[in-house]
Amino acid sequence: MRERPLILSGLAVFLALVTLPFWYNAAAKASAALELKRPAAATQCVADTAFMRRSHMEMLNAWRDRRVREGIRTQPASGGRVFDISLTGTCLEECHGSRADFCDRCHSYIGLSGPYCWDCHNAPAGSTK
Amino acid sequence: MKITRTGFLGFLAAPLLAFARPAKRWVMVVQTGKCMQDAGCTACVQACHQAHNVPRIPDARHEVKWLWKERFRNLFGAEAIPAAAENRLALALCNHCDNPPCTRVCPTAATWQRSDGIVMMDWHRCIGCRYCMAACPYGSRSFNWVDPKPYVAAPSPDFPRRSKGVVEKCNFCEERLAVGKMPRCVEACPERALIFGDANDPHSEVRQVLQARFTIRRHTELGTRPSVFYVI
Amino acid sequence: MASEFQPRIYWSWIGALMVLIAAGLGCYLRQLDYGLGLTGMSRDVSWGLYIGQFTFAVGIAASAVMLVLPYYLHHAKAFAKVVLLGEFVAIASVAACMLFIFADMGQPARVLNVIRYASPSSVMFWDMVSLGGYLVLNSVMAAVTLASERNEVPPPAWLRPMIFLSIPWAISIHTVTAFLYCGLAGRPFWLTAILAPRFLASAFASGPALLILLLLVLRSAARVAVENEALHKLAIIVSYAMALNVFFILLELFTAIYSGIPGHEEHFRYLFLGIEGRHALAPWMWISAVLALASLLLLWSGRGLALAAAAAFASLWIDKGLGMVVGGFVPSPLGAVTEYTPTAPEIMITAGIWAAGALIATLLFRTAIAVRAYVGGNEVSL
Repeated sequence: MRERPLILSGLAVFLALVTLPFWYNAAAKASAALELKRPAAATQCVADTAFMRRSHMEMLNAWRDRRVREGIRTQPASGGRVFDISLTGTCLEECHGSRADFCDRCHSYIGLSGPYCWDCHNAPAGSTK
Repeated sequence: MKITRTGFLGFLAAPLLAFARPAKRWVMVVQTGKCMQDAGCTACVQACHQAHNVPRIPDARHEVKWLWKERFRNLFGAEAIPAAAENRLALALCNHCDNPPCTRVCPTAATWQRSDGIVMMDWHRCIGCRYCMAACPYGSRSFNWVDPKPYVAAPSPDFPRRSKGVVEKCNFCEERLAVGKMPRCVEACPERALIFGDANDPHSEVRQVLQARFTIRRHTELGTRPSVFYVI
Repeated sequence: MASEFQPRIYWSWIGALMVLIAAGLGCYLRQLDYGLGLTGMSRDVSWGLYIGQFTFAVGIAASAVMLVLPYYLHHAKAFAKVVLLGEFVAIASVAACMLFIFADMGQPARVLNVIRYASPSSVMFWDMVSLGGYLVLNSVMAAVTLASERNEVPPPAWLRPMIFLSIPWAISIHTVTAFLYCGLAGRPFWLTAILAPRFLASAFASGPALLILLLLVLRSAARVAVENEALHKLAIIVSYAMALNVFFILLELFTAIYSGIPGHEEHFRYLFLGIEGRHALAPWMWISAVLALASLLLLWSGRGLALAAAAAFASLWIDKGLGMVVGGFVPSPLGAVTEYTPTAPEIMITAGIWAAGALIATLLFRTAIAVRAYVGGNEVSL
């Protein structure tokens, strides 16, 4: 088979290209653990950390529909605490400060550009646009 | 199955609760005589647009407006208004119709009618097809042809902005009504020309005015049943 | 006559289409970034060229029924070879329709909301359902028919009910499109029961007119034999449909002008005469009228088929693709006369979308011709 060297080298190039994301990132230095700003004053979260990490997107969508479409402006949480449904007022101003200290931290790290909340919603002063 | 006597009576009475407390029905009365027609007062417009981050776009084609002053002949039709009164001004805004054609045509229910009569907008869901604009017989709706951000001079932090590509209109300040406040335009008017309230509440000011004064609405022949009344 | 594939002509044509598509795409990316303000639309004229062209394209798509019905229901032998091409034009037109809608959306990334939050009270929902169904129907019909031709077997029995279904379905897609307009109480120009019949009449004139032109082009450019019988029958359809369309327009003019109701007559006045000196569309409307009459005269005289078909197509393109939509918005509900002129990027995007439709049609036609050449031993006749 005359083409063997050509086929094998082509295969090698293909394998190299298709595994590029893995060995390219492995070469980069290990990144530090993400520091997320927690609210200084507030003690109780809307939900436990594991849930928020997993499902904050769905929760935000549910909050959005609850407030905009159903007109219910509050969300009761465990322990009797009632949260005002407001991305700017509650999520940021009351709890997590600014999008730069919170939302953007993880989103920038993983290169997530999808969420376009800030096209419309106000980000409190002191955060990056 | 055991059921007590009171339980059974309660079960029978439950449907009657629907009639006990009727839902609110928000309406507005524009007292055109009090509105300073030609004096150029636009306090209501400025209050509304400032509070809701309505952009001020120089290109008239791309204008976005929730509330504005319009000539009588354009509001009610040249045939309905005597020539002498043609150029008098009155407010134009979304009429929050009881039978809104705009909500009927929206393909995503991004605009819908609430039980209290307010025609709502969900800017998260709007696909920008502008069918509602074609359906509105009153020209009340505006589209964001460009990104409004550069054209909002002093953004208010208490209300979100909109992105390009969605339709917007007056929302009867539903965010203020929810916390017991009156709409911005009503509060801002120096002549108290705007009366706003629950038409289903027999003791509301708006109900008294509607019973005492003769009012007209825009293009009622279309069957839209608008909620904005004009005292001429 | 043996057909010869003309590579120079074919690849130049494909190349030209690709250039138009690329240019249209480039302008569309600009529109995505800047917003629909890049077009000539405005607060008063909130629908323009995109929706007008969409409406016209739905008409072309529906016109396939003008071949399917005579052939499958009434065994009109003349259409035996061209029915497939009519279905191809339908497929390409529906694709163009969908692209026009997509180009017109302010938030195109949210297009699936129409399915996620289906709103049956909105005619736009039903438009999407009917167009989607029609695309599937025609695609299956065309694919199966062509495959059967290729394998020289009769089409499977289950295709027949599908073909019969496509007949009322074709009527329905354009009726639903008319319903987008003719149920709006606030737009008296469109609020007429005759809008749907007018849409159908102009569709059945413009679609077959386009098919005549395409067949003549195939005859000269692809050296494919086209039976005169098919062209003749198509010409008859165009002439009757165009006559009906002109008649309907005259009916509308009578009601508007004789009744004198401003809400009805002022839109026609704006279109044909202008209001307060604003008459951007008037030349277009008169050209459309002249072209319509010219096409009728040519068709009735039996001469100049290509010219007649082109005149009919151009006339209806102006009437439906521009006049009908813009006329509904001028004057506005508040009496404002805001003129509409499409901008260069808007025209480029429109041209790019038509080029995409033409590309789809070209590829389908090419396939059919190749199949027929293969089966017929290089003798292709249409």
